[in-house]
Amino acid sequence: MNVVTNNKWIGQRTIRPDGVDKVTGRAAFAADTNMPGMIWGKVLRSPHPHARIKSIDTSKAEALPGVKAVVTARDIVDFPVDKSVMLGIQDMRWMCRNVMAREKALFPGHPIAAVAATSEAIAAKACELIEVDYEVLPWAIEIDDAIKPDAPILHESLKFEGKPSNIAGRLEVKKGDVAEGFKQAEVVVERTFTTRPVHQGYIEPHACLVSVAADNKTTIWSSSQGQFMVRAMTAYLTGFPQSDIRAIPAEIGGGFGGKTIVYLEPLATLLAKKSGRPVKMVMTREEVMRATGPTSGSKSTVKIGAKKDGTIVAAQGTFYLQAGALPGSPIRGAVGCSFSPYDIPHVLSVGFDVLSNRSKVAAYRAPGAPIGAYAVECVLDELAEALKMDPLELRLKNAAKQGTKAAHGPVFPRIGYIETLEAAKAHPHYTAPLGKLQGRGVASGFWFNAGGESSAQVNITEDGNVVVTTGHPDIGGSRAAIANICAELLGIDYRRVSVLIGDTATVGFSNLTGGSRVLFASAMVVTQSTDKIIATLKERAAKIWEIDPEAVKWENGAAHPASPNAGEFPPLTLAELAAKAPAMGGPIGAGVQLNTEGAEGGFGTHICDVEVDTELGIVRVIRYTAVQDVGRAVHPSYVEGQMQGGVAQGIGWALNEEYIYRKDGKVDNPGFLDYRMPVCSDLPMLDTVMVEVPNPKHPQGVKGVGEVPLVPVMAAVANAVHNALGKRFYALPMSPPKVLEELEG
Amino acid sequence: MAKLHVSTTINGEPMEFLCEHSDTMLDALRGPLGLTGSKEGCASGDCGACSITIDDRLICSCLMLAAEAEGHEIRTIEGMAHGEKLHPLQQKFLEMAALQCGICTSGMLVASDALLRKNPRPSEEEVRFWLAGNLCRCTGYDKIVRAVLETAAEMQEQGLKEFCQ
Amino acid sequence: MTELRYLAPSSLDEAIGAFAAAGSAARILAGGTDLLVQMRSGVLKPGLIVDIKKIAEMTAIEETADGGFHIGAAASGMALAEHARFGKVWPGVLEAVNLIGSKQVQGRASAGGNLCNGSPAGDSVPAMVAAGAIVTVQGPNGRRQMKVEDVPAGPGRTNLLPGEILVSFTLPPRPKGSSDAYLRMIPRTEMDIAVVGVGVSLTLKDGVCTAARIGLGAVAPTVLLVEAAANALIGSKLDDAALNAAAAACSAACRPIDDKRGTITYRTKVAGVLLKRTTAIAAKRAQEN
Repeated sequence: MNVVTNNKWIGQRTIRPDGVDKVTGRAAFAADTNMPGMIWGKVLRSPHPHARIKSIDTSKAEALPGVKAVVTARDIVDFPVDKSVMLGIQDMRWMCRNVMAREKALFPGHPIAAVAATSEAIAAKACELIEVDYEVLPWAIEIDDAIKPDAPILHESLKFEGKPSNIAGRLEVKKGDVAEGFKQAEVVVERTFTTRPVHQGYIEPHACLVSVAADNKTTIWSSSQGQFMVRAMTAYLTGFPQSDIRAIPAEIGGGFGGKTIVYLEPLATLLAKKSGRPVKMVMTREEVMRATGPTSGSKSTVKIGAKKDGTIVAAQGTFYLQAGALPGSPIRGAVGCSFSPYDIPHVLSVGFDVLSNRSKVAAYRAPGAPIGAYAVECVLDELAEALKMDPLELRLKNAAKQGTKAAHGPVFPRIGYIETLEAAKAHPHYTAPLGKLQGRGVASGFWFNAGGESSAQVNITEDGNVVVTTGHPDIGGSRAAIANICAELLGIDYRRVSVLIGDTATVGFSNLTGGSRVLFASAMVVTQSTDKIIATLKERAAKIWEIDPEAVKWENGAAHPASPNAGEFPPLTLAELAAKAPAMGGPIGAGVQLNTEGAEGGFGTHICDVEVDTELGIVRVIRYTAVQDVGRAVHPSYVEGQMQGGVAQGIGWALNEEYIYRKDGKVDNPGFLDYRMPVCSDLPMLDTVMVEVPNPKHPQGVKGVGEVPLVPVMAAVANAVHNALGKRFYALPMSPPKVLEELEG
Repeated sequence: MAKLHVSTTINGEPMEFLCEHSDTMLDALRGPLGLTGSKEGCASGDCGACSITIDDRLICSCLMLAAEAEGHEIRTIEGMAHGEKLHPLQQKFLEMAALQCGICTSGMLVASDALLRKNPRPSEEEVRFWLAGNLCRCTGYDKIVRAVLETAAEMQEQGLKEFCQ
Repeated sequence: MTELRYLAPSSLDEAIGAFAAAGSAARILAGGTDLLVQMRSGVLKPGLIVDIKKIAEMTAIEETADGGFHIGAAASGMALAEHARFGKVWPGVLEAVNLIGSKQVQGRASAGGNLCNGSPAGDSVPAMVAAGAIVTVQGPNGRRQMKVEDVPAGPGRTNLLPGEILVSFTLPPRPKGSSDAYLRMIPRTEMDIAVVGVGVSLTLKDGVCTAARIGLGAVAPTVLLVEAAANALIGSKLDDAALNAAAAACSAACRPIDDKRGTITYRTKVAGVLLKRTTAIAAKRAQEN
């Protein structure tokens, strides 16, 4: 359902500005830069899931030739546990304990100390020489173990219902009276589901290079989802003022939410400060898997009641999500998003943030929402079966639309959920014949999307081309989309627009690349900046023509008289006006900084076909179609790419990805060999249908597109497996031993 | 232990470098040779981001000692374009948006090139199994597979021999 | 790792001399696809690495006059795949060797390394066991031959004597009506370690199985030669009864563990399933020979 427009560049599949560098190996990612005099940092990590740190003796490490600095928690700014200090959604009292264990080591892999030395080998050797006296404590990893009455408590100061507890928080979303609602229900389905922790799986390990001058002027080169986040968190944790820190965003080799917090940067900064040398730190894959944020494992109970005609009258969800060792699991996404695609009068959705002795979770693509949707969308499938309704019809009958008040609060404006359901229903995939042991499932999903702070500077070069600088690391093609928008507004070829990501010293504050906010927000600031430039260009043409600026129009990259009444003048092109700039008032450029508002939620509906080898328990996805309301596809290829990438991650989550723990509490599969992300031969082509219902609150109609595509996937796969086998699975992943056990069971 | 002196050929140029006995070829490429286009994603041969060829055979440079390069011919992503002229695979990856973050792209291109040299018209299934050792977490592989198939078709039609040797 | 010394001798005698002299600190480098991973993870810290790929015999692939094959221990899977005849005679061995890792890994990994790594899950080993391969090893006291199934001693251990190097595999000539196949179960389609692997080599005459050997991997501390399963096939027309008996014999032979890759129950069941599927492929190929 592509919207017909006169657009020349918006909607075109242009070549991305950073493309040539990336296909030739020139693009500089975090680990690709060196500095003269650079030394190497390494982290000593806890071997224990839970242990009190009685003492740390670093003297032998410091005495090793080649060692230039050692840091421990003592060097990091302490934020007392009884006082919250928030930076965005992160609490610095937890962040300071995540980058370096303070009172206790809370998970295997928790940093205990960091060393900088003249080679990686010496730094590693020095880590072995650090003597740590641990008092090993009992530990808990699984949710049920962490919330039972006699569970070992991770943080004594955190209380739930008056007692020390591993439940660090509770979040409730409520609409109507759910008890009353269920009284009206004629069919009720209630089920409990579990999911395992899964990692974002970016291919680029965390890395940074930090230089600190004698006057504390600090340069951080790292890959992250926010150079301003890197600056702020490093400042908080080191005590440096933000103005002393320049954070330069390297190209980012995947993040998916996992690079929205810091791990290495504060340690490298302190090591660089102590040693007087630039310090480079690069995680191994094993460190990434053991110590950086996966998303939560979960246990969810969902109950939905409907009338016999399919009208849903009440829904209730309880979602327990693992936070890892420090508070902050994405219960908001699970609680808030799960029921949002539906217009339900009575909803009660409650989430619990559960601590346990594993690495602290980090954001992962629509944090929490896929966990909630897995439970809700599977229950809906069962409800449809009980009602003998087509699962898409059941969703259509109850679909949220303009005016629906979502359980989490907002009243939806014009949204495109129904359009995704209708497009899915009309898609040939939905009615294609299925073979033996094949099955088809559908599921939908919602993500809030986000706005927030963004800055842009747009400058016209002396030769009449354009340089755009924004403040968001480009994680999936945002530079390409911004080039399209700016070229469209100026009426010039997109190749005349260079789009760059500024560092913290060269562009105004811009919040994280996350929440599917980047194009929504940066398009707004780039549009407003470009509009200002066009106004200037029109003023200058008016001056030259000696007419009123109102009588000038900007078209096809040039100023024209707005009408014959304005007079007859040959057009003045951008290049001509740029050349005249020195004599006409000076450089042409404009910057805009905004706290953007008006991000609207996104919806998707997916169709999945699977085939099951019932002798081996292997499930293969053989066909997949993702339908999504994308607002406006400014660069369709990268919108499709977001959809396909999200689907692939969801298929991994559904079938084979999981953290496996040994009996000693350590992760048993900390690498790509046994943490089984989908490989190329595991997947079919991933078909996409972009439904375009423009966001009325955005100049180009943009809605966030990056996160929605992960939300429905696990339920779509699970529902397809049920359709193939007639059996339902209530636990992920549906890996071969578990599938076979269930089939034989 | 004194460092080893290695003489080799990299992207057609004779090269010499010093390395530790334990250094991998990836260490040497990214370190003394300054060729950072090959990436380290896992250092265990599971992600393919460090793919190179040695004597035209596709390998992971993290699973080869730098010392083994002595007397052999190495090719990396940096040698794929001919001067300013991109290899057809590079061009097609750009046109068809077969990359998002770009960290796997070097390895994907080197591996795809090795495939097309061996099998100029692979099926979709052959492409998928050949590239199974190259992890991509962004794209879901769809656009990558399409770009390889499309390049193969175009290279055959146009007889782009200069990139086939 | 800076104490490590790398050597690439051009003769076997030189290699054995250095290897034997360095004792337990030495490791042989063939493809390196296990060795370098173990070094990187810190599991292994060798003092000497002997790269054997400059020794011609180690990478040679030769068809003998009687139709058998000598395969150098360090010949890569890709080199075997490129050999004009090998895959026609031993398709099962070839498919097993070329299931070791990715295409990148196949460009380096060798059957010799796969065997000496001592993993019960090495893909090429069950196929080599089924093929009845004999290995030649050479050490300070000269050359000797061993059955391939006698090489592994347990996870990560072999029965090679100190200073001995695996030199080559010898595969016997094939009677008419013979072929082989290898299948493994992995959760994904590629890039995993076998949860169960089954190699079957058999000979058919007028539809009757006259000879069979079955190798079973990843279900015990070492790869198993399952004679009971072979005996169930020999003399049969590979009918359901014979296949069921052979499958049951494979399951009975399993002594697996529960680990991150599979459970005891799962492995035991799958061993039987794979036996049937692998036999069917080998039989189809044999009928065409």
